[in-house]
Amino acid sequence: MLKRALAIITLLIIGYWLAQGLAGVPFGEDRMLVAQYYLDHVKEQTGAVNTVTAVVVNYRGFDTLGEVTVLFIASTGVGALLWRKKRERTAKTEGSIVLTTGTRLLAPFIMLFGAYIFIHGHLTPGGGFPGGATIATAFLLLYMAFTVYEIPHKTFEKVEGAVGMAYVLVGLIGLAIGGYFLYDWIWQDWGFGVDNVGRLLSGGFIPVIYTIIGLKVGTELSGIIDNMLKEEVSE
Amino acid sequence: MNCMACIEYIIIGTMIISAILAVEWRDLLAATVGMAAVSLFASLLFFMLQAPDVAMTEAAIGAALSGAIFIFAIKRTQRFETEEEEKPGWWVRW
Repeated sequence: MLKRALAIITLLIIGYWLAQGLAGVPFGEDRMLVAQYYLDHVKEQTGAVNTVTAVVVNYRGFDTLGEVTVLFIASTGVGALLWRKKRERTAKTEGSIVLTTGTRLLAPFIMLFGAYIFIHGHLTPGGGFPGGATIATAFLLLYMAFTVYEIPHKTFEKVEGAVGMAYVLVGLIGLAIGGYFLYDWIWQDWGFGVDNVGRLLSGGFIPVIYTIIGLKVGTELSGIIDNMLKEEVSE
Repeated sequence: MNCMACIEYIIIGTMIISAILAVEWRDLLAATVGMAAVSLFASLLFFMLQAPDVAMTEAAIGAALSGAIFIFAIKRTQRFETEEEEKPGWWVRW
C-alpha cells in the first residue's frame, strides 16, 4: 500500500514536471521551422535531391555514425555470445529445386538492387541501411539454399573494419579542411557536381558515405546470419 | 470516406489481428510468421503514407532477416511453448 502511494506520488510529480516543461512550447504552429529550413536550403547546401538522406547523412551525420556503431556492437555481441572453438554448418537437407534455382537466378540481382539503393541514396528513396539489409537477404537466401555455402570470412572481416575506419576518416578530413567533424568538403570546397544536381555524380559526400554504410551494414548482417546458423562441432 | 483510407484501415486491422495471433499461438513457428506478417503490413502502410525508404528497411529487416533469425533459434530449441499456468503479472501482484 505504501509502495503504491509512493508510486502514484512519483508519477504525479513527474507528470507535473513534464507538463511544466511542455507548457512553454508553442503547439500546432503552421509549419515546422527546422523542416522548412531543410526543404528551402537542401539543394544549395548539400547538392542532394532527396531531403531525407541529406538530413540523415549531412545535417545529422554524427547520429548516423552512432547508429553504425550500435549495429557494430550488436554484431560483436552476437559473435561473442555464440563463439565456439570449432563451428561448422550442420544442415543435412539441400534446399528444394524451387529454392535452389530461384536463388541461382535471383541472388546476383538482389545484390545489384541493394547496391543500387545505396549508391543512389541522394536521388531516390533509400540509403545505406535498406541497401545493406537487402544485400544481407541475398546472403540469407544463399545460406538457405545450399548446405555448404559460407560467406568469405576473411574478406568480409577486412571490408567491415576498413569501411568502419573510412567513415571516421571522411569525418576527420572534413575536420581538417572545414573545421568541424563530417564537414562536407567534396561539395562545399571542391564544388564537385555543382552543375550536375539531380544526377548520379553530385550530392557531395552523401554517395561516398552511403556506400560505406551500405557495405558495413551488409557485411555485418551477413555475419550475424552466419553466426546464428553455424553450430558447434565436437572434434 | 475515400477508398485510400478504407485500405489503410483494413491494413491496420490485419496488423492488429496478426499481432494478437503472434502472441497467442502456442506454435512458435506460426507465431514467427505472424510477427513477420505484422512487419509486412507495416511496410505496406509506410509505403502508402509516402515513406518508401522506411518501407524498404521494414520489409528487409522486419519481414525477412528477423523472421529468419527467429526460425533459426526455434530450430535449435523447441517448436512448441511448454504449458505452464498463467501467473498474474507484476502489476497485479503488488
